[in-house]
Amino acid sequence: MTDSPILRLGSRALSAPVPKGRGVIGLDVPEVDRWLKGGLRRDGLHEFYAPSGSPPGPAMALALLAGMRNCGQGRSLMWLRARGGRRKDGPHAPGLAELGIDPAALLLLELADPADLLVAGVESLRHGGAGAVVLELRGRCRALDLTASRRLALAAERSGTMALIVRGDARPVPSAAHTRWQVSAAPSRALPANAPGHPVFDLQLLRQRGGAEGLHVQLEWNREQAVFRTPIYGDPPAVPAGRAEDRRARRAA
Amino acid sequence: MALADARALVPHLPAFPHDPAGDGAMLMRAVEACERYTPMVAPDGEDALVLDLTGCFEGQGWTRETIARDALAHLARMGLGGRAAHGPTPDAALALARFGMDELADLPVAALALGAEADLALRRAGLRTIGALAARPRAPLAARFGRELPVRLARLLGEEDRRITPHRPAGAIRAERRFAEPLASVAPLLDVIEGLAQRLESVLARRGEGGRRFDVALFRTDGHVARLAVACGRPLRDPPAIRRLFSERLESLSDPLDPGFGYDMARMAVPLAERLENEQRDLACGEGGEAQPDLAPLLDRLAVRFGPDRIRRFHPRDEHLPEYAARPVPPESGPAAWPRPEPGEPPLRPLFLYDPPRPVGVVAEVPDGPPRRFVWRGKHHRVVRHEGPERIAYPWWKHPEGRGPTRDYYRVEDEMGQRFWLFRHGLYASESDHPQWYLHGLFA
Repeated sequence: MTDSPILRLGSRALSAPVPKGRGVIGLDVPEVDRWLKGGLRRDGLHEFYAPSGSPPGPAMALALLAGMRNCGQGRSLMWLRARGGRRKDGPHAPGLAELGIDPAALLLLELADPADLLVAGVESLRHGGAGAVVLELRGRCRALDLTASRRLALAAERSGTMALIVRGDARPVPSAAHTRWQVSAAPSRALPANAPGHPVFDLQLLRQRGGAEGLHVQLEWNREQAVFRTPIYGDPPAVPAGRAEDRRARRAA
Repeated sequence: MALADARALVPHLPAFPHDPAGDGAMLMRAVEACERYTPMVAPDGEDALVLDLTGCFEGQGWTRETIARDALAHLARMGLGGRAAHGPTPDAALALARFGMDELADLPVAALALGAEADLALRRAGLRTIGALAARPRAPLAARFGRELPVRLARLLGEEDRRITPHRPAGAIRAERRFAEPLASVAPLLDVIEGLAQRLESVLARRGEGGRRFDVALFRTDGHVARLAVACGRPLRDPPAIRRLFSERLESLSDPLDPGFGYDMARMAVPLAERLENEQRDLACGEGGEAQPDLAPLLDRLAVRFGPDRIRRFHPRDEHLPEYAARPVPPESGPAAWPRPEPGEPPLRPLFLYDPPRPVGVVAEVPDGPPRRFVWRGKHHRVVRHEGPERIAYPWWKHPEGRGPTRDYYRVEDEMGQRFWLFRHGLYASESDHPQWYLHGLFA
């Protein structure tokens, strides 16, 4: 796994040039963008599944990072989720900022149940004022059937707002999504003193409308350059200059 | 007369237990029903309503007599009988209605409501009517019957006025519409609401204001009043936008409107208005690509539909404990700048926080060392990378009396690459012998 980050790519995909399109969001890695014929559609519906039994953090992060790319010029990113009873679980704004997602651009909508969430999702997508709308759903969600996802996809296509669905604890089901991914965490490149490094995602393309599935790739997110890249495992990177000396000193100790 | 005596005379006399709360509620329903004539309505005692009709005749086609007749007809539909009277002051009108008379001078002295003793004393002095009292000088009356008498007499005769406190404070900005034929269905209501909003638009524009809240009261012919309210994040006076908000409100009613015998009047009021300047459209709008629609109307609609407390934005807060580091604020307060993260560092805070933190079973090599394995949701995770501890103390400088355990946070990664934020609650040996571990958040 470590020596070949692009695990399965057809030879057909490697030779063709990366198509350039204004309506897509690239994932920075040429092989991936070629496979996706440019990238994720800006006006599309994209689903990110966390594998059953594993935490939904990476799927959320990837959906938000993709959504943020459609949120230039002060457009907001709306995160819709169902409130889980009396627990106040939720996005942690300082953590989002550390991932490179500006919390100032984020609007959180907490709804009572998945049915309300889908209604609010369609409404927000139709309006077209937000850059992207993230719908976080947990478990098997009967309300999100083929009709409901088709409605979301149509609303996204008409307004140009990106629709992103994050599913935790759920099996992939047929839907009208343009792409469907399974996102889990992959081992990060260790920092000095074996500290966890920059986030690495393990992505499997389960479905692509009008294209081939089966892409399996690992991407590392670099916050400073705001790019995805294939992780290069090996020696820990050189310690960069800057503040936070004490933290690095502790890592080295 | 006692109930037993009355039953001896009329054997089948129905009897009901006394219910002051129910009577009060009934009276308040009558008050609401009478708000159709004037916003200045107040209950008086247990059995009377006072309506201040000053300035209510103009342009409405009402006269005193038609209002009295209409009000009695409405109350009769609610199953209430009544008497109506008008007078220059609330006290005069109340006395005339209670004693069923037309002339103030003919009222008995009991109308002063001074109590049985004073009534008897007045009658013994040969003063039986208000007319007889009014003709006399006040000072000797006050000397003999008490200081209250001249005050009440003046109020009764209209020499001194008394203000009533309306049941519901009236907004300065309102519009109403009466229907010749009662509206028996909900369908045309939105058009009515938009019509009212159009009339309010000019009023608001003249004042240079926009409404932050809109109340609509629908008066049913049988006296029931339905009230709908919407709020918006920024001042608004655009009738189609107001109509959209009310259409959301109508759709989201858990108990749908029941027109019954029909609504015969609707009123829209703006209890909260704020400055709204006319904005000039940006002429260079077309330069930088197509303009994005403004998000505020959508947020207003969602707030009306799902509740105003459901939409949040995050503002930074200078707090130590991670669960308080972000303050949720309503969306209209605008975005706030967040500090930029340290360059070159991986994310040190999770993107998803569990609140309350979830207890996990942890195996550590030494009690105050980093975790080696942990069990969460029945799954075993072997820690292959970790960083920590990051020690976060209980904010003792804020709560000098209470001291909580210190938290030691660890960023850990398991063999699958999943990254978690764990903490040990309490320092080993000094604060706790068996510190509990918690999972507080998930990293990307």
